[in-house]
Amino acid sequence: MAAVTTSTERTLNKLAIAGVLIVTLIFLAPIYWIASTAFKPRNLSTTIPPTVVFTPEVSPFVKLFTKRSQLRSPPTPEEYAAAPWWERMVFDGGEKVVRDGKGNVQWSGYPSRFMNSLIVATISTILAVGMGTLTAYGFSRFKVKGEGDLLFFILSTRMLPPVVVAIPMFLMYRTFGLNDTHIGLIILYTAFNLSFSVWLMKGFMDEIPKEYEEAALVDGYTRMQAFFKVVLPEAATGIAATAVFCFITAWNEYAFALIMTNRRAQTAPPFIPSQVGSGLPDWTVIAAGTLLFLLPVAIFTFLLRNHLLRGVTFGAIRK
Amino acid sequence: MAHIQLKNITKVFGRHTALKNLNLEIEDGQFFVLLGETGAGKTTTLRLVAGLEKPTSGQIFIDGVDVGDWGAAERDVALVLQQYSLYPRYTVRENLEFPLKSKIRRVPDDEIKERVARAARTLRIEHLLERKTDRLSGGEMQRVSIGRAIVRKPRVFLMDEPLSALDAKLREALRTELKDLQRRLGATFLFVTHDQIEAMSMGDRVGVLNHGHLVQTGTPKEIYDNPRDTFVASFVGSPPMNLIDGSLAGGRAVIAPKTFELPYEGAVKSGANDRPLTFGIRPEDVVIEAGAPVPATVHDVENHGVEKIVTLRVGENTLRATVPASTQVEVEQDVRFAWNPKKVALFDKHSGISLRHAG
Repeated sequence: MAAVTTSTERTLNKLAIAGVLIVTLIFLAPIYWIASTAFKPRNLSTTIPPTVVFTPEVSPFVKLFTKRSQLRSPPTPEEYAAAPWWERMVFDGGEKVVRDGKGNVQWSGYPSRFMNSLIVATISTILAVGMGTLTAYGFSRFKVKGEGDLLFFILSTRMLPPVVVAIPMFLMYRTFGLNDTHIGLIILYTAFNLSFSVWLMKGFMDEIPKEYEEAALVDGYTRMQAFFKVVLPEAATGIAATAVFCFITAWNEYAFALIMTNRRAQTAPPFIPSQVGSGLPDWTVIAAGTLLFLLPVAIFTFLLRNHLLRGVTFGAIRK
Repeated sequence: MAHIQLKNITKVFGRHTALKNLNLEIEDGQFFVLLGETGAGKTTTLRLVAGLEKPTSGQIFIDGVDVGDWGAAERDVALVLQQYSLYPRYTVRENLEFPLKSKIRRVPDDEIKERVARAARTLRIEHLLERKTDRLSGGEMQRVSIGRAIVRKPRVFLMDEPLSALDAKLREALRTELKDLQRRLGATFLFVTHDQIEAMSMGDRVGVLNHGHLVQTGTPKEIYDNPRDTFVASFVGSPPMNLIDGSLAGGRAVIAPKTFELPYEGAVKSGANDRPLTFGIRPEDVVIEAGAPVPATVHDVENHGVEKIVTLRVGENTLRATVPASTQVEVEQDVRFAWNPKKVALFDKHSGISLRHAG
């Protein structure tokens, strides 16, 4: 079809590409800003107009991972000479690294918050997608009394804005001792994602011809074996797409994490901005934390991108 | 190999009755064809035998054992469907191995290998064994599908329109192959189709289903020559049997209103004379010749190579006649026709039931 392209068409094509490029740049700008700020010296982070050319340094990351306190007086030359390269960066910023009685460097809160985020998002995603897949399979393959009502009921959990349920949830969690626990957040995110997962997976399950498992049943397999051997591989695309969405939701969740956790089980989203308030806001540290926080989702999405693309267009290309 | 019996089977889906009081018997080693239109209950019958559905009432016996409570896996039947019958993502070999790797069968590995090889040889798909199923043609897919059935030596083969999705040439070829295969295996086949040609050419016995009722069972010849009612008469045969309303008077068929009269030489039961009837005559029993008693006009001519199908217009009725291709007829030509008076079937006009079958 492309054999005959008029010059107008080619011009339009170029314009379209230019348009897409501009939009892409606009969307990428904040990410660039975060990424560049994460490598800036502190004094360049808030300049107006923004500094574009600078010598990148890793001091924001050193500060991100260490516990620091303000220096009352500058370090002595001996102290400064004895310090490793990364500690000097902290000294240069007018701070010192906090050490315990034995001289061990104290970590900042960031690594443990990051781990909390990983644990909570991963486990809640596995639970939500796992249960959602099974539920969707049930709804898709068996006659369920009041199927429509039940599905609507499942979805209704998403109709209330989180703010409405935040206070009652908080009180419930306090009563059950789930405040500031991993399990508490996992339950919360799983419940939150489950309805979404059920609905999305139901669509994918409906697309898989039931003839496949019936053939397996006749071939001498149980319903369970047929599900794992025949249905699940077919649903892989849908599961991947659902998992990405659930993971992103759980990973980025802010409001509930802020309310329900404060230390032990706190995830990264409420922690990163809390750094703004300790001492003078150091935007480079916040940017470094944010940049690292973006990575897992980016990697996860990147790994599943093939499935994701097929998953999103699943229904459209089959019929 | 097995003998199958369905006793008073009724199957209801919600408010829709798919099957009503169905009685069916399939002999060991028989090729039984269930023939019917879409929605007649053919597939439901098959799924009931397979154990994928449970009957609302009635019993199913395989070799004399009531299998009502058995699951699909335990019944040891093989199922071949019209489509979606192969596992995607698997190679042909993996598809053929799949039923043998089931835990309830526990076939040793070298036997699996041997059985797969034998099935592949039988169906001439050896060169496809390592190919993924999404890279097969329709005919190859159906071969593999049948292969997956024969590796198992099941008690019954259930086939749900396995040839319907194929193109005409392939369908014909596979029809012969399938019948041949069944004879060689000596297996019991329950074959479902809406294609009466398949039913007639393959079946040892044919059962005609209409709206969940089994209207007639018999050999293809019995069904063709002696249809139980006007539904079977018009469903079986291509072109179908001509059906014309009229009545009997003095041994002659009188087609109302006074269109034509022709002799009738079949058996006349008492009471046949005084009621409205439907006369049935196969197109090949209608003859067009110069000296024939009834005048008609040629409405249409279809040339089928060895023969021509001529549609005749007689008053308000149309009649189809199969004539040799050498017969010279043209559209709107005036011709004369007669029928073979011995081959005329009588049906009650209201119930549609053949007088030969009714009490």
